[in-house]
Amino acid sequence: MLTILPQLAIVIADLAAAFLFLFGLKRMSSPVTAPSGIAYAGIGMIVAVAASFLYALSVETEAEPYLLVNAALAVAALAVGGGLAWRSGKKAGLTAMPQMVALLNGAGGGAAAAIAAIVLLGGITDTAVLVVTLAGALIGSISFSGSLIAWGKLDRLIKHPLRFKGQQIVNGLAFLATLAVGGYIGFITLSSNVPMLAMPLLIAIFFGLSLLFGILMTLPIGGADMPVVISVYNAFTGLAVGLEGYSLQNPALMIAGMVVGAAGLMLTLLMAKAMNRSVSKILFTNFGATKAHKQSKIEGELKPAAAGDAGIFMRYAKEVIIVPGYGLAAAQGQQKLYELVKLLQAADVTVKFAIHPVAGRMPGQMDVLLAEAGVPYDLIFQLEDINPEFETAAVALVIGANDVVNPAARTDKSSPIWGMPILDADKAKQVYVIKRGEGKGYAGIVNALFYKDNCNMVYGDAADVLTQMIEAVRGLGKAAA
Amino acid sequence: MDISIAGLAALYIFLLAGFAGWVIIGHVPAILHTPLMSGSNFVHGIVVVGGIYALLNATSLTEQAIGTLAVALGAANAMGGYVVTARMLAMFQTTAPAKPARKHKKKG
Repeated sequence: MLTILPQLAIVIADLAAAFLFLFGLKRMSSPVTAPSGIAYAGIGMIVAVAASFLYALSVETEAEPYLLVNAALAVAALAVGGGLAWRSGKKAGLTAMPQMVALLNGAGGGAAAAIAAIVLLGGITDTAVLVVTLAGALIGSISFSGSLIAWGKLDRLIKHPLRFKGQQIVNGLAFLATLAVGGYIGFITLSSNVPMLAMPLLIAIFFGLSLLFGILMTLPIGGADMPVVISVYNAFTGLAVGLEGYSLQNPALMIAGMVVGAAGLMLTLLMAKAMNRSVSKILFTNFGATKAHKQSKIEGELKPAAAGDAGIFMRYAKEVIIVPGYGLAAAQGQQKLYELVKLLQAADVTVKFAIHPVAGRMPGQMDVLLAEAGVPYDLIFQLEDINPEFETAAVALVIGANDVVNPAARTDKSSPIWGMPILDADKAKQVYVIKRGEGKGYAGIVNALFYKDNCNMVYGDAADVLTQMIEAVRGLGKAAA
Repeated sequence: MDISIAGLAALYIFLLAGFAGWVIIGHVPAILHTPLMSGSNFVHGIVVVGGIYALLNATSLTEQAIGTLAVALGAANAMGGYVVTARMLAMFQTTAPAKPARKHKKKG
């Protein structure tokens, strides 16, 4: 009787948390209500975590002698894990958000896998619980090790995608081996046969293989596909958490995990659609390998332009559409960009931003970058809304973007990006492309846009080029006065 | 006495929660995709609750070690997800003059 009251309190707290999560996510559908949305979700989290300590009142008899130590460990782990994440979350630059999200994803997946390990070590008798726990363990582990690799790639610790011959076969075998060990664990548990190896060892092997598979699966994926990968692992972690929620008979985990799993899946599909490629192709084929690829002949030549001249040209244009890409993020040029935009606006130039769904290294990264610089979000337009406007725009300014404005996607059937929806920057009367050098984009394709008659290249670091443009436009203002 | 979920009810929970997630996220504009992602990242930080449960019921050194790891990772997930999301959302502004210009956050 003494144990039912705390359990009831936990159930109510979890229910409240589940509601607050859903309500909070719902409020995230508009920039105006979004800040309060995350606050509601935060309250839900605090309620659930606080209530979870009531489990201490109803632990199993065998665990009672350990309770004090366990509770102290829990508090310490909360403080250390939370504290470290709080610090790095505050410190991380906005351009480092993709890495940060990848890392946090991995942490969640790792936590789900660790819970699965404890449940498995404790022994399971129910078939459904066993299958679900093993599935959660597998998915959580893949998300953990895969996210760490993704983080390494985004943080440039791992510079190139690792690919070798027969990679898909090796990965496939690793996956089958993982399933086989998992199946064997299930078979032994349910048939209560004596295993060939000690159970804890088998479980360790299972986790080792799952983690290995996560690494193998992520290593060959190229940098341009990182938005999709992060999104997939977000969904994976959510799914793993939901499954472990079932193992622990905790509906809050089940609901929150599944909501995130579905949300992650939807985002993944949106990303894949924006690249006109299927999710399985991104994950399981080696895209972006710089194979000797036959390309349609490109005519024309690269025409460099001075930053100052380009700036002055824009000052006297009627409408300028800016296409930001990863190069802007890498150069940390967003503040300078908005400074230039404000100068242009002061000179009665209409300025709009065009964002490609997969610009940057995670979905929506450019939006966040511009928001950081203080760009109002009603100046920012998505692909389908802005594309018809390029034809009437005087200038398209492409900053550190490449593949998302490559007209080959429309014209060249042999191109790897054929069919991908792109921003029609080439249709503007004049195109300026700010670029570090003459290199190719992440997809390794030459961009026909750069060779078109109406396109000029402005070489240099985005932040430096923008500074020169600002100076040129300012100089004009002084001369006029 | 334990409060447990009968097998089928669990399936219904998964089904409805998945559907709810799909519908709610379907309405989020592309501009908010990054905060949304880190926001849902924060939400799966609820795994910390499962970690606490497992750790409190731990009876061996191995279980204690793994449980502590689970709680630490889960706490990092939840806390980091919250901080990062809140920071990003605080930056979104509009040109609409109705609202007073929000104080510009200091750069991190």
